[in-house]
Parts: sequence; C-alpha cells; structure tokens
Amino acid sequence: MKYEATNLTVSSSPHAHSKNSTAVIMRDVCIALLPALIAAIRFFGWRALTLTMLSVAGCVFFEWGFRKLMKKDCTVGDWSAVVTGMLIAFVCPVTLPFWTILVADLFAIVLVKQLFGGIGMNIVNPALAARAFLFSWPSLMSGSWVRPGTAISAFSTPSAQVLDGLTSATPMAALAENTLSAESLLDLFLGNIGGSLGEVSAAALLLGGIYLLLRRVISVRIPLAYLGTVAVLTVLFPLGGNDCLDWMLCQLLSGGLMLGAIFMATDYTTSPVTHGGQIAYGIGCGVLTVLFRYFGSYVEGVTYAILIMNCCIGFFDKLGVPKRFGLVRQKKKGGADE
Amino acid sequence: MYRHFVIFLKIPENSTLQTVDFSKLLCYIKIVIIRIEVMQPMALSFFGGVHPKGYKELSCEVPILPFCPKTVSIAMSQHIGRPCTPLVKIGDRVSVGQKIGDGEGLCVPVHASVSGTVIAVELRPTPSGTDGMCVVIESDGRDTLCPDIHKRESIAELTGEELTAIIREAGITGMGGAGFPTNVKISSGLGKVDTVIVNGAECEPYITSDDRLMREAPEKIAGGIRIIQKILQPERTAVGIEKNKAKAIAAMQAALPGDVELLPLRVRYPQGAEKQLIQTVTGRCVPPGGLPAAVGCAVFNVATCAAIYDAVYEGMPLVRRAVTVTGRAIARPSNFSVPIGTLYSDLIEAAGGFSSEPYKILCGGPMMGIAQHTLACGTIKGNNALTCFSQADNHEVEVPHCIRCGKCLDVCPMHLMPLQLQRARQKGDLAALEKGNVMDCIECGSCAYNCPAGIHLVQSFRTAKKMLRDAKAKEAVK
Ligand code: SF4
Ligand code: SF4
Repeated sequence: MKYEATNLTVSSSPHAHSKNSTAVIMRDVCIALLPALIAAIRFFGWRALTLTMLSVAGCVFFEWGFRKLMKKDCTVGDWSAVVTGMLIAFVCPVTLPFWTILVADLFAIVLVKQLFGGIGMNIVNPALAARAFLFSWPSLMSGSWVRPGTAISAFSTPSAQVLDGLTSATPMAALAENTLSAESLLDLFLGNIGGSLGEVSAAALLLGGIYLLLRRVISVRIPLAYLGTVAVLTVLFPLGGNDCLDWMLCQLLSGGLMLGAIFMATDYTTSPVTHGGQIAYGIGCGVLTVLFRYFGSYVEGVTYAILIMNCCIGFFDKLGVPKRFGLVRQKKKGGADE
Repeated sequence: MYRHFVIFLKIPENSTLQTVDFSKLLCYIKIVIIRIEVMQPMALSFFGGVHPKGYKELSCEVPILPFCPKTVSIAMSQHIGRPCTPLVKIGDRVSVGQKIGDGEGLCVPVHASVSGTVIAVELRPTPSGTDGMCVVIESDGRDTLCPDIHKRESIAELTGEELTAIIREAGITGMGGAGFPTNVKISSGLGKVDTVIVNGAECEPYITSDDRLMREAPEKIAGGIRIIQKILQPERTAVGIEKNKAKAIAAMQAALPGDVELLPLRVRYPQGAEKQLIQTVTGRCVPPGGLPAAVGCAVFNVATCAAIYDAVYEGMPLVRRAVTVTGRAIARPSNFSVPIGTLYSDLIEAAGGFSSEPYKILCGGPMMGIAQHTLACGTIKGNNALTCFSQADNHEVEVPHCIRCGKCLDVCPMHLMPLQLQRARQKGDLAALEKGNVMDCIECGSCAYNCPAGIHLVQSFRTAKKMLRDAKAKEAVK
C-alpha cells in the first residue's frame, strides 16, 4: 500500500463547522456597542471612554483571576467578560468613581457569573445585577446624572460640589412625575439628554441592534416583543393627561429601555431559547417594565423587569417547546402541515 | 402559503381598476400566474437546516473515470441488517458479478466486483470503524463477466414480484448513505405508496458523485425510475435536485419521461435527508419512529435508480459505484467509478495522493461521514465519497461551554432542543432524554455545525440513544 496514513483524527460527525464561534459572537456584540460608546464620548467627554476601558479591564482580570484561582480552564478568550465590562460601564453615570466600577465588576464576574459555573450557567444578567447592586449607593447612582455636553476630562472624578452644578433632571425623572421631558424628541432620540453613560443615545443603540440582527447574533423576537409591548401599553394608558403618542415615544426613548431591550434582554444565557418562549419573555419584560415605571418607587423599571424575567426562563422555555416532528399530520391527513 | 401572499400583494396595485387599461391588468395577472407557477415547488419546505460551504467545485467538473484496482476487500456487511455469509474460500477463482456472499432475513447478496482469485476471507477493517468479515480478491485485470449475466431487451412481461426479486439478487441497497436493502423498501411500500421521490439533492458538501451520475447517465436513472413505477404504481413521481446543480437538472429534464416531475430544491442541508425531502416534496411528515411508507412515500437515491436499471436491463448486480475522492488534502479531487471493495489507499493514489498532511479521512461527506483510522478499508455500497481533510479544517474547541444561544434549536430539522438534550445526557437523565425525543434525532449534524461553542452534540446524542436502548433492553429482560 503506497498511502498509509498515521495520525488520523477520529471523531464523531459532523466534521464541518460554521465559522461562528463564541468569541466571534461576543466580538460582534462589542462592535455593536461601539456607536453608543462614541455617542457617550461625544456627550460626556473622554471620561466615558476611560471608565469603559477600566471596567472591561476589571472584568477580564477578575474572570482570568478567578478561573486561575479555581484551577479551571481559562475562558477570557471568549470575549464575554469584555461584553460584561462594557455593559456595566454603560449602565453607570459617567461620573462614577473609578473604584466603584471595579467593585461592580468584581460583583458581576465573581458572584453572579463564575460562582454559578461561568459562561452559560449564570441565572441573571451580570451587568444588570451589578447595576442593581450599585443602587445600594443611591448617592452615587441616581441624582448624579450630568448634563450632556459637559465634557469631563479622562481621569478626573468631579467632587460632589462640582457635580451639583453639572447635573440635570433626566427624562426618566420627568416621566416619573407624569410629565413629558423638557428635551425635544429628537434630542431624546440622538441622546442629547442626561442619563447613564451608554443608555442615552437610542439612535446609536438601534444602529448596534441592526448590526446584531444582520450578523444574526440576535433575532428580532425579544427586542420587538419587548419594545412593542411597552409601546402598546404606554400608548393605551398615557399618564398625566399627555398626548398618547408623545408619551409613548418619550417612554420608548428614555431610560435604559433601548439598551435593555437590544443588549440585556437578548443575553443568550439569561433568555429563553425557544422561539415562542422568546416572544413571551419579551412581552413579559415589557409588561413588568411599564408596571415598574408606572407604580414603582424607582424611576427606572428596566433593570428589575429583566432581572425578574431572567429567573423565569425555565418556564418560558417550556412554553415554546417545538412541536414534535411528524405529530402534526395525524390531524390533517395528507395535507400540508402548518 | 406563498401563493396567497403573492395574490394579496398584487391586487392592491390594481385597486384603481378604472384607470388601468385592460391590457395592463392582464399583464399583472400573468405575472401573478407565472409567479405562482415558479414558486409552487418552493411553497413547501422544512424547518431549520444550515448552509455549509459546498466545496463541490473541487470535483464537480471531473467526469467519472473507471478505476481498476489490483485487490479489493469486500465487506460481508454492506448495509444495516444481517451480514452475509461468505460463499467462497481462499484460492477460488471468481468472475465479475458472481455471488460471493448471501444470507437470510434483512440481507441482500454481495458479488465479486473484479475477476481473479480469492486470497483471503478474514476480518479486515471496514468503513464503519470496526473490523468485519471481508472477502479479499486479487484481480487478474481481465474483468471477465460471470456467465450468469444476461441482458434483457424488454421488461414488459415481468411482474412486480419478479422485478423485486431481480433487485434483491443484484444486491441493491440504498446508495445515499444509510443503505437499506432496496427490495425490502419496495415490498414494504407495495400498495401503500402513492408518491415515489427520487433523491438527487446531494446536500452534503464536497460530494459530487450523484451530480456527475445525473449529468453522465440520466437515461439510466430514468430507466430505473420506470422500473420502480412499474412495481409500485405511484400516482406521483418526483425527482428532487438542489438548485445549485443546474447542469444535472438540465440533463435530467431531457431524459425524464413526461409523467415524472422534476423539482429544483432550495440549497440547504439536510435537504436530502429522507424525512425532510418527503416534507419538502409532499408536505407530509413521517411520524416518529415510522417509515416513509406510513405517509405513502418511498424515496430512492438516483444512484440506486441507476443500479436498478443495470440490474434489470443489463443483468449486472451492484458491483461498481461512483465515488468522489475529494477534500483539501487531496491533490486532484476526482470522481471514479470503482468496484465495491476498492481500498481507500488505492483511491487516494488514483486521485494524485495527498497534497498536505491529512487530518481526517471520512467515508462520506463532512456532515454525516465516518472518520477513518486506517486506509486499509474497502469501499462499500453506500459509500459515495472519500473526503480528506487537512489541518486547515480542524475546528476543535478545547473545552466547549454552552452559551445557551439556541442556535442549535434554530436549525434542528427534527424540531428537537439539542441543548436541553445535551444537558440531560450529561446528567444521565433518561426520562428527560425520552421526553425530549432524542430517538427522533436523524444525526444530521446541523446543530453541532451551527453551535458556536463547538459542543459535540451529535456524539452526545448517539451515546444518549444507546443509553436509552440499553435501558429498554434491560427492562425487557426483567
Ligand atoms: S438534534 Fe439531531 S436531528 Fe436535530 S440538528 Fe442535531 S443531529 Fe440533526
Ligand atoms: S448552539 Fe451550542 S452553545 Fe448554543 S445553545 Fe446550542 S449547544 Fe449551547
């Protein structure tokens, strides 16, 4: 025999694989977050960038360190810690002290993600859990939303007195008082408003969302169901005698709704996988968000809405279990199914 | 569904009927009708599926060349069911088409594929990965035909039963992969089948043997289809070919009789899987655990049809088939018509040898092929390709972590939830596996292909199926 091959690899089929990998997907999410980061730098100055970079570095470091400490395989290469780092920075005010964001990173990566077994195993979204955790310092989180256009230099942390002069009421706070925000809808859409670092620009977030859709990282099911539910509920029940359309658009464009619907609720690990389940989950998130916004004591409902829904994905997955192949026909003999 | 959609779309355009002159309206209606006609085969489809890169261009323009090896190693177990018992012993002289193995039950005979001397009847490696009984023949290079082989001019006076018997004696099995004895498939479908589907989808990447066969011998395939029609008397006969094989479609169109439909199919893996093809062509779903005959269908591969033609008209049993030798580690990807039992090492030599260090060698294509550990195996009847991968095709992930992305579920044509099954299998939770219908899995590999984490889902399900079967067997013993 002329050809004798040694060293052949034997494994189960399939032997071909799509080019997609976890790292590619997570990198795509990072790319999709870039427009919002650029918008943040434009509106809040270079500190937005340093805070984000620091948060990313913190998350990656904690992920690496914890896996190393526990003698597990290194998962830093999958880029998921980078996504978590960016998202944590995005839900914080731009003036957050640097040490605080590192604490949030530690909480998200170690307590929320790694202690449950790492990527794919956590129950709630690490970035949102970190945000909920940061609310335990209300002084740091709310009440310190700087006005857009206040360029804060890269490495300074404004003191409390300085901050007072810079802050403005966010559209969310206005909505909580059943009034429309002072800013125009266009400003709301572009993000020329006060708020968390990466949440403000609906336009930039939508751009990122479109990128994710085109790259098939996410499907429209969750964001559409989520935003659609909020839109329908707010247009049907406007508060404070406002025009229902204005009220709806204000609700959609302010606060963390866009970031939440496009990037947080679609987080793979903490959202359902079945198609029916995803739609139900999106609707559930929408209903809870509106309930929290209308009746809750916190002005922002997205965080808690998604966190609560995260805990029920087992139920939602059951809702959407695909129909068994071949069972359809027994009812319609010989006909086309579906 | 699509039909309604088009009409719905088009009518509003003519809503101002008074202002549109009549010829324009007619024109619109014609467009709608043409659309409906064009779209009709597309109206039905199957859920899921993936689009792996085809690599068919490597070998699709290379004609099928006959290849004559010096030795062949013919496995006695060529298909699912019972293996044959060898009918020859060392030193016997055999001629092409002579029966060398036969058996009872779910078993069809095996024939010598070259003429020469039997040099061994022993356990040898087979493509399934295990060693099996093989008859090894050294060729005398003359390819003398067995004296029992006679041509038939006409089949008009043969009955269905006689034809089925001829097909059995010719040792024909499904040649697209699984390799179910064709005569059994035919007799189990008698009286139940109203639709015969001929499978020319060839959705596996790399493989081009069916494509070449359809281009080079469409009249044989058409002849085989006639014979099947004569036996099964179906109301409808359809040939499904993926749209990317335009030349094969053209050649088949010219050769097929008028009562056979030719359906260009959407290019999507696993379009050629039996259940998915039935669903695409007829809209019917084979019930869980059932056979195609349960929904009135029978599916035959194009190569099987050609083999039936050879068996009935030429009297020639199944001793040769088209095999694609391809892959990025092969110097000259080619298609060969090879005797059953040709050694893989000979095939690789005939295709110019390796161009780079081989990483994996597959009996079949990359989606469902079986990885080989040696090149000493001989080809079998269902072996349509030998795919050789180089290191560049290595996609192994060291420690895969499921990220719950659901991409496996999005593509499963059997409507399963691979990630849930995988977790159940890891836990050894038999009840959950059963409830998740793991037995329905056709092992098409779409889920594992699409999984970004690189989890070995199919391997896992094979293990799971075995676990379930073992548990059932244990229960039965109790
Ligand atoms: S679970 Fe089975 S049938 Fe479904 S995609 Fe995976 S291999 Fe194919
Ligand atoms: S495709 Fe892979 S990573 Fe994604 S849910 Fe399925 S098994 Fe998990």
